[in-house]
Amino acid sequence: MNTATRPAAPPAPFDVEKLRADFPILTQEVHGRKLVFLDSAASAQKPRAVIAAMTAAMERQYANVHRGLHWMSERTTEAYEGARDAVARLLGAPDRHEIVFTRNSTEAINLVAHSYGRGVLAPGQAVVISEMEHHSNIVPWQMLRDAHGIELRVTPITAAGELDLAALARLLADGKVGLVALTHMSNVLGTYTPAARLARLAHDHGAKLLLDGSQAIVHRAVDVREIDCDFYVFTGHKLYGPTGIGALWARRDLLERMPPFLGGGDMIASVSFARSQWAQVPHKFEAGTPPILEAIGLAAAIAYVEAIGYSAIAAHEAHLLDHALARLAAIPGLTIFGRAQDRGGVVSFTLEGAHPHDVATLLDRQGIAVRAGHHCAEPLMHRLGIESTTRASFGLYTTVAEIDALAEGLLRVSEFFA
Amino acid sequence: MFEDLRDLYQEVILDHGRKPRHGAKLAAYDATARGDNPLCGDRITLWLQYTPAGAIARAGFEAKGCAISIASADLMAEIVAGLDAGAARALADALQTLTKTGAPPTLDAPLAERLARLMPLAGVHEFPSRVKCATLPWHALRAALAGTENATSE
Repeated sequence: MNTATRPAAPPAPFDVEKLRADFPILTQEVHGRKLVFLDSAASAQKPRAVIAAMTAAMERQYANVHRGLHWMSERTTEAYEGARDAVARLLGAPDRHEIVFTRNSTEAINLVAHSYGRGVLAPGQAVVISEMEHHSNIVPWQMLRDAHGIELRVTPITAAGELDLAALARLLADGKVGLVALTHMSNVLGTYTPAARLARLAHDHGAKLLLDGSQAIVHRAVDVREIDCDFYVFTGHKLYGPTGIGALWARRDLLERMPPFLGGGDMIASVSFARSQWAQVPHKFEAGTPPILEAIGLAAAIAYVEAIGYSAIAAHEAHLLDHALARLAAIPGLTIFGRAQDRGGVVSFTLEGAHPHDVATLLDRQGIAVRAGHHCAEPLMHRLGIESTTRASFGLYTTVAEIDALAEGLLRVSEFFA
Repeated sequence: MFEDLRDLYQEVILDHGRKPRHGAKLAAYDATARGDNPLCGDRITLWLQYTPAGAIARAGFEAKGCAISIASADLMAEIVAGLDAGAARALADALQTLTKTGAPPTLDAPLAERLARLMPLAGVHEFPSRVKCATLPWHALRAALAGTENATSE
């Protein structure tokens, strides 16, 4: 597969304008103005490398995977399984069989809640989540609680928007907790959670750790061995890849012990009406025709990000974040939520006198795309004592000039509603 | 910069959004309902007091929402006073049409006059993502009239 158009040679100095040329959509105009896309945390834009990889697969070598005895199917299977290798490399997974493709992070968490939750955890055990989880890391555990007699515990955050590790330790103290499921980076507050410390804390109390890396992996390199967690999930579309593809990494011994999630073709070794035998991991968890083209697109996205390099991306985004926090803090009546020591490129705020929806509509008219609402984190909104925020989020293609456009746009919004 | 937004944010909307006249719980009420917009977390609680004959005597609300939803709620509370349930529902239907198409449906004289008060909300139709902001209070109204306590804008 021609997955990367970029040479893997030593990373070039980070040139955001050059990188922006890789994203065709960024030249679009909205309401007659140049698009300023500050909603990457909801879904990121796609580089040409991803678009080209998916198109090339459809135009030149496409068939179903794992079943055709013909050239097209063999090549497509290679590309699909190559994507599994790319994800394993991205996460630092020791074994490519530990990567399970899903539709997105939500499906990956549901898979764990179902297969590990019902198949391995026993009624009476507990699962811990935090106050700053996305609904996707809340609702599957509520469903598990209600169906399987699992207790659901919620660990608090501090006023700064960080996990309260002492409180978490207290929740773990009775040894009943089988699994701790936490965000690796908050989609609202931008907070990075101390992944390796969380893994030690969970393991010291006999619990496994699942990290929701939907946001984290976009901005920073992740190594599941270094973190020493047990489950890691992410979604492709936030990582400059297509929608419809996500991944679960889990330790192989855990995957072996977990019953399947969905039943169907491709996940079996043999089927008779009396009983079926499951396929080996990871195929046991990939029922039906998988998202083949999406996996190929994801592999291209991973190659794209790796060619630029996480250290360069992180340095660029840290600079953007500093600039954004300084510019926004200078706007009268603007309140920023979350002031974690360790945070990524997501800034949520409210503006006095203007509801987040009205702010978003007025910014949109200036060509600036932001998200407004509860960000699928209603319990966090309640914790913060608000209903909604406006959120600006950054990608590798975001520029300082775009942050300035946001700040100037917000001043105009303030004037409009004054 | 925002000339084209004046359709959406007419003075009437900004004024009622900033200073709602009916934005308080009624001390005595006969019906209540809560409306939630699950997309954004906005919510409204509506209280209705009926006349002995069963028409709406007064309406009051408490809401967390944007300028559009607060203004829509306030204008609603203002114009449903004096209407029976059937007329109030007809007005709710009319508001739905107005915010989706930008054009008011034809109504009989007394209702048409009230609907005219809602014309500042017509501009919402050009903003598909904002239509639900305008209709949320009216979903709550229908729920209160029906005696069901929860409504969503979905």
